[in-house]
Amino acid sequence: MSEHAVEAHSGGHDAGHARKVAMWVFLGSECLFFGTLIATFLLYRGRTGDGPAASDVFDIPFTSVSSFILLMSSLTMVLAHHAASRRDRRTMRIWLIATALLGTVFLAGQVFEFTEFVEHGLTVTTSPFASSFYLLTGLHGAHVAVGVLMLLVTAFMSFGGRYRDDEGMNVEIVGLYWHFVDIVWIVIFTVVYLLQV
Amino acid sequence: MAVTTDTAASVDSVVRPRGLWGWLTTTDHKRIGILYGVTAIAFGVVGGTEALLIRLQLATPNGEILSADAYNQMFTMHGTTMVFLVVMPAAAAFTNYFLPILLGARDVAFPRLNALSYWVFVFGGLFLTLTFFLGGAPDGGWFGYAPLSTQVPEVVRMDYWALGLIVLGLASVLSSVNFITTVLTMRAPGMTLMRMPVFAWMATVVSFLLLFSLPMITVGLFQVFMDRNLGTTFYDAAMGGEPILWQHLFWLFGHPEVYVLILPAMGIVSEVLPTFSRKPLFGRSFVIFSGMAIGFMGFGVWAHHMFTAGLGPVAEAAFGLTTMFIAVPTGVKIFNWLGTIWGGSLRLNTAMLFSLGFIFLFVIGGLSGVTHSIVPSDAQQHDTYYVVAHFHYVLFGGAVFGIFSGVYYWWPKVTGRLLDERLGKWHFWLMFVGMNFTFGPMHVLGLNGMPRRTYRYPEGLGFDMWNMMATVGAFTIATAVLVFLANWWRTRTRGEIAGPDPWDGRTLEWSIPSPPPEHNFDIIPTVVAEDDFWHRKYVEDDSGNPVAREAPVESPVSTEPIHLPSPSYHPVLAAFGIFVTAIGAVYLPWGLLAVGTGAVITMWGLFGWSMESLTRREHE
Ligand code: HEM
Ligand SMILES: [Cu+2]
Repeated sequence: MSEHAVEAHSGGHDAGHARKVAMWVFLGSECLFFGTLIATFLLYRGRTGDGPAASDVFDIPFTSVSSFILLMSSLTMVLAHHAASRRDRRTMRIWLIATALLGTVFLAGQVFEFTEFVEHGLTVTTSPFASSFYLLTGLHGAHVAVGVLMLLVTAFMSFGGRYRDDEGMNVEIVGLYWHFVDIVWIVIFTVVYLLQV
Repeated sequence: MAVTTDTAASVDSVVRPRGLWGWLTTTDHKRIGILYGVTAIAFGVVGGTEALLIRLQLATPNGEILSADAYNQMFTMHGTTMVFLVVMPAAAAFTNYFLPILLGARDVAFPRLNALSYWVFVFGGLFLTLTFFLGGAPDGGWFGYAPLSTQVPEVVRMDYWALGLIVLGLASVLSSVNFITTVLTMRAPGMTLMRMPVFAWMATVVSFLLLFSLPMITVGLFQVFMDRNLGTTFYDAAMGGEPILWQHLFWLFGHPEVYVLILPAMGIVSEVLPTFSRKPLFGRSFVIFSGMAIGFMGFGVWAHHMFTAGLGPVAEAAFGLTTMFIAVPTGVKIFNWLGTIWGGSLRLNTAMLFSLGFIFLFVIGGLSGVTHSIVPSDAQQHDTYYVVAHFHYVLFGGAVFGIFSGVYYWWPKVTGRLLDERLGKWHFWLMFVGMNFTFGPMHVLGLNGMPRRTYRYPEGLGFDMWNMMATVGAFTIATAVLVFLANWWRTRTRGEIAGPDPWDGRTLEWSIPSPPPEHNFDIIPTVVAEDDFWHRKYVEDDSGNPVAREAPVESPVSTEPIHLPSPSYHPVLAAFGIFVTAIGAVYLPWGLLAVGTGAVITMWGLFGWSMESLTRREHE
């Protein structure tokens, strides 16, 4: 911190450091966002009305696998970051794209899961439980999708020598965001899926 | 004292477009600050007109000017506009313009993100205001209580309200991230946190408040929007939904929001009083810490807005108590301000008058607020004009008076010219008297049982005279605003030239020319004390009185090149995309096309943005 701070103060400023701080601050806000969604879910999780309850529809083994895939993407993200700090662009690109792929697989799993649920009669309008389930997991999915986009843009920008460590969305910052989204999923998976049965 | 620009430093030669395009693409925090200010004034005229219509309607019994429906729209939009489109952006104007300068920085941490925040805010405001022409404005009250706000899905009014607030919230989160990062990473050497001017401190606390409170209402707004459009059941009691959840989510945001509105004004007053009392702020660190305490505690008292919702005695007692506690740090601040004035050599110019008016009116508003924390008395006052009186003393007498104090204080820095003092005093006195005439009688009306949000009342209930007084007061306020606008217009060309330091100021903004050059500082200042600039001008004699230095400490001269952010149209493009998306979302499913188009425009803007910053670097 202090080294960076000195640099930041000498006329121009260290944009990379500032961006990292900004991402941390932003994620602080996101914590409350997901906290509120989870609180809503907890309030409503027993309110299933005439519709199916969690235990009627959830397929825990399936979701465990897709959760595992998402967790693995944190690993590949670390590898991408590692390669980036070695300035090994090629390896970095490979791991970035791998991370994006894993994220996409997770999203595909979510879409599949949702269609299954709908077939079992659990739609957004069924009950407060259903509404809050879809809002929570849906907005998490949206976060994953944004993350995939960020990963792809970062990988893309690294072609043609345009990538700079201290410019734009560097790997470290995308990584912060990605890990956050993963950690939030662990909480959601535990609270929403595992605590039900 | 002023450092001349032409010899000192060389600024890189980025081409700056002029005229309208220049304003659309600007990334200069000072220009963005001006944009915020002008926009706040424009929306102020809208919100004020709505207030006048409300007051005309209520001037006499059985008013005929507005229908019940129109009245609902008026007070909903008046409240929403005043809070989100007038007071908040007015504070953002000062923060944008002065935060970097007060820290000794050349800009905020992310200049283009700053521009994006502004444009998202403007489009969000337009989105809300346009509804008057699109089949009626939102009409569910500024706190949009469910299930009222989730009913009548075929009317799109509350969709505009929910989405508009989501968009405005996005703008606020982005600028909060930006301001916090600026404070954490951009301070000049020696500008420790405790040496930061109080205004900068209050801006920081406000940013944290917004950062942590907006997510909660955003979730609630999503729920309202989905209930209305997708048939979800969050607030549908028949299906097991819980309308009270909305109240919790709203007030978890809404109470901190009250401090978002008032803390910037407190910060301004804490700058103005020392300057015009020629004394340092009394108990400076107490003012800062009490600001933080208010910030923390602001999150713990939200349910005092819900006493009449029936939370149960334990919860009510707890929230009643915490609410009374929060009056403590507020009281501390008031003693600090009085301590600052005490024994100072006061200069009663307009800026100072507005700050003194702030203290006076805010104390009244604060006291009537404490009476709400007593649960039984709140039950009596709830939803009567007593509440309306209370929060206008705080929001108008507090926030707006503080903001006007800042306007008169900093105007010369921004424009290079002083506002006319004679007109300024007219402005102040008309506003002060008008304010008390408008909202004073509302205490009486409330205690006599006049409910808030009624569009007419019958004769003979003892309401008539007080209502007439309030209406006359409202028009007095309007006259005061006209005097201010006239002052602005007049001094545009004829105002006295201010010079860099017209008030003999204490903080860094007075060390640079008026208006400041684009790069703010020729050389980044090194700070050695609180009120650093003051100490460059004065030393203390044996009895502690300031004595002018014979030769003020001059800034050294640097020839280092200065890099400024280049202008960019990508922020305004991305914000426009968000606007289009939001409009589409109101008219689902047909609007899906607009949603898609808007998303593409936004992506285009953001993608161009990330590419652009690279190209600029390659030029070096
Ligand atoms: C010329 C000055 C003003 C006048 C005459 C005025 C008048 C009024 C009146 C009569 C109401 C009550 C409407 C009702 O309950 O039926 C009201 C509501 C309100 N006003 Fe003002 N006001 C003024 C300025 C402000 C300012 C500066 C703010 C600041 C932020 C503000 C915020 C609000 C809010 C939040 C409401 C509640 C709206 C609701 O209940 O949904 N007003 N105003
Ligand atoms: Cu409150």
